[in-house]
Amino acid sequence: MNDTTQELQAIADRVVERAAAGEQIEAFVSRGGETEVRVYEGDVEHFVSAQSEGLGIRVIRDGRTGFAYAGTLDEAAIADVLAEARDNVQFGTVDEFAGLAEPDGVAPTDQELWNDALADYATDRKIDIAKELEKLASGRDPRVRVDDSNYADAWGEAAVASTNGVRQAGRENGCYVSVSTLADDGDGDDVETQSGFGFSVGRQPDEFDLDRAAQEASDRATRLLGATKPASKTTTVVLDPFVTAQFLGVISSTLNGEAVVKGRSLFADRLGEQVAAPGVTLVDDPTNPLAYTSTDVDGEGLAARRNVLINDGRLEMFVHNSYSARRADAVSTGNATRGGFAGTPGVGCLALSLEPGTRSQDELVADIDDGLLVQMVQGLHSGVNPISGDFSTGAAGLLISNGEVGAPVREFTIASTLQRMLQDIVEVGGDIDWLPMRAAGMSLVISNVTMSGS
Amino acid sequence: MIDKDVLERVLAGATKTGADFAEVYAEDKRSTSAGLDDGRIEQVTSGRDRGAGIRVIAGETTGFAYTSDLSEAGLNVAASAAAAAASQGGGGVNTVGLTQSAPHRPNQVVHDPESIEKARKVELLNRMDEAARSFGPEIVQVSAGYGDSTKRVLVANTDGVLTDDEIIRTLLRINAVANGDGGMQTGYQSMGHTVGFEIFDTVDVEEMAREAARQAITKLAARPAPSGEMPVVIKHGTGGVLFHEACGHGLEADHIQKDASVYAGKVGQLVANPMVTLVDDGTMPGEWGTLGFDDEGSRTQRNVLIEDGVLTDYMWDYLRSRKDGRPQSGNGRRQSYQHLPMVRMTNTFVMNGPDDPDDIIASTPNGVYVAKLGGGSVNTASGDFVFGMTEAYLIEDGKLTEPLRDGNLIGNGPKVLQDIDMLANDFSMGSPGTCGKDGQGVPVGDGQPTLRVKALTVGGTAA
Repeated sequence: MNDTTQELQAIADRVVERAAAGEQIEAFVSRGGETEVRVYEGDVEHFVSAQSEGLGIRVIRDGRTGFAYAGTLDEAAIADVLAEARDNVQFGTVDEFAGLAEPDGVAPTDQELWNDALADYATDRKIDIAKELEKLASGRDPRVRVDDSNYADAWGEAAVASTNGVRQAGRENGCYVSVSTLADDGDGDDVETQSGFGFSVGRQPDEFDLDRAAQEASDRATRLLGATKPASKTTTVVLDPFVTAQFLGVISSTLNGEAVVKGRSLFADRLGEQVAAPGVTLVDDPTNPLAYTSTDVDGEGLAARRNVLINDGRLEMFVHNSYSARRADAVSTGNATRGGFAGTPGVGCLALSLEPGTRSQDELVADIDDGLLVQMVQGLHSGVNPISGDFSTGAAGLLISNGEVGAPVREFTIASTLQRMLQDIVEVGGDIDWLPMRAAGMSLVISNVTMSGS
Repeated sequence: MIDKDVLERVLAGATKTGADFAEVYAEDKRSTSAGLDDGRIEQVTSGRDRGAGIRVIAGETTGFAYTSDLSEAGLNVAASAAAAAASQGGGGVNTVGLTQSAPHRPNQVVHDPESIEKARKVELLNRMDEAARSFGPEIVQVSAGYGDSTKRVLVANTDGVLTDDEIIRTLLRINAVANGDGGMQTGYQSMGHTVGFEIFDTVDVEEMAREAARQAITKLAARPAPSGEMPVVIKHGTGGVLFHEACGHGLEADHIQKDASVYAGKVGQLVANPMVTLVDDGTMPGEWGTLGFDDEGSRTQRNVLIEDGVLTDYMWDYLRSRKDGRPQSGNGRRQSYQHLPMVRMTNTFVMNGPDDPDDIIASTPNGVYVAKLGGGSVNTASGDFVFGMTEAYLIEDGKLTEPLRDGNLIGNGPKVLQDIDMLANDFSMGSPGTCGKDGQGVPVGDGQPTLRVKALTVGGTAA
């Protein structure tokens, strides 16, 4: 283990050693840094370089839980945090299921989460990459200009220790580039502007595909120029990979063990039932090195693992952390999430994907007489209710007629319910794309979606 | 938090390599939160966030670094990192003399939440849980949260600005789930103010809980929302998010300067129905988006953005106003010391119009009445925006009839502003919001009287 990571583990260990009799303690200690370069019109608009650190301490006594955190690793502050967490215990309600994760003997899958080439990458070259991407994206089409072009990298190291014997530490780093574009058409007050974006991720900058990011950003913006509001109808949609990934993110919250045990999942009573169309297989696999969010351990320090949630349309399991598992009379599936030192573990999918099919987006579109290719959705947070299942989002894309994409459309919504959408999946594309989020994307064909326009 | 002479030395050091501006933003925040779910207080959390962000500007380039070490040595390390990224500038600033600004405290705080026992905070949650559950047997689940924070902020820059502020926030929210034959439905209520614990002397927390329960139970009988364009009436105090999305973001000067807003170049033009006057005001006592100074040390103020339908001004931060050679408007904000400031809204609202709210519904033969809106988002370049309706009813023959299931509404900002054809005289402020932009969230307020948009697209599933 690296020296500085070792130091974090030592801090976590020292906190846990202070546990009194009858007290469970978990300490999570982390440190991280970031570089962010934004370029505009050939110049650096801003350059951010910084690091931060902190710890969170969870104390459980007699079934009551207390928590405190601080954004510092100063020795005096650590003592204060422990004292605050202990003080907070008295206000928690007694919960027979309260407790820390128990080591389960599952060995973490070895992964290369740290890349020395990225850690040593020269600052000037990071700036050059953002400049290069801006140039590529603005040069594809005379109607396109760049709103911003960005390079970003981040590294983090963390250690967790608990009185139950969990002891895990590690570090990871990663980087990506992104570009936002604007495409203009028309003159004066009649000018129409549409926006697009593109990105590329890598373990280190040499893995970026700048050409593809630039092309996608240019295409996304120009494709929508001249878009009109479509007529309302019920239709078949093809979700672009980026949209599918967002859709899977919503689905994952209905398969969350915490939502299940607290009566907030619409699939709570449906284990073993056919909840999706045959052929649909949904897997959460953070051990897949291709996943952007791949990891060796979860937020409680248990091994991350491959879980098949839906197999050929049949609901197989929910994901759990140690608390939701205990309440569900199940075992943790290694799905504790943690948003840094300032919070306690939640439950969530770590690296979700549908098992990809075999055909390309063009092949999928070729089978559709009358439909819609959804390029982007807007308002997933405001128009989707994962508890009732109602699904309604703003959208923009291209109409499909007689097997070909045609006129661009915008300012409409697509709506259905999550329950129906899973059953209405017609085909999963083979064009899997590992995006910088917790889910992978691929083209996805869904029938019976209501399109609301004029 | 940091001595004046230390700040002066750090700022002078940050600009000695040629930068023309440097700024220290320091914060020390203590927070307490408590969560209730499934009938249990899950935990009380205490948090401490403390640090400084240092910004150095040379020409068009900004360098930024932050640190949790507020000693002079720690600040100098961050200042050097920020200066290294922005060192191609001209003359530099050699000496810095800071002048403390007169205090500006729009909010009156009686009981600092830090002085209140945690047990009293937890008790609010238990009272809400009980009130929601006893509202009806359909209520099967309740979660609720309490949060307060006390944030001390200091801003100093090479223009000689030195301000300090203390921002106290108190927040309460509840989410109820009802179960019926047609599945589960949800109800939500929240309140948030920049005042102390005395807010609970006047807010009826049980009533908030019953309201969330009532929404969830009402929606059990909801039918799918209609689909297509129709008149939409939005209840007062729930639809400020419409303006926040339809035009607020498009009036932020960073989007304007990059020509990435449909409102660029439109000052002096009629952009809305002449009934519409839109204001962004960071000084409204107690409101969620209220601040004494913005996060660049600029005093907050009342900014009229649209007056009688005519676009009068945009919102500005330091960088954008410097570029345009005009005063700041108190709209430079950031999520924390770990973030760069940018142009943000504070409390954004539309002022009263001439109509009676009951007349608005009565004069709408068919349409949708939205009693509660959820969040929204906008594409500032095209002006297309969406917002969610979380409690809505069908309007038939000028009367409210059946409740509708959740869905999004979609519209185009400039068109919707023109399409507002009735505006009532019943203004009220809405629920506390968190506005997201470029990965940063900041607290904002909004408000509006009851109004009608003559055509918005409702994104339901019913034909």
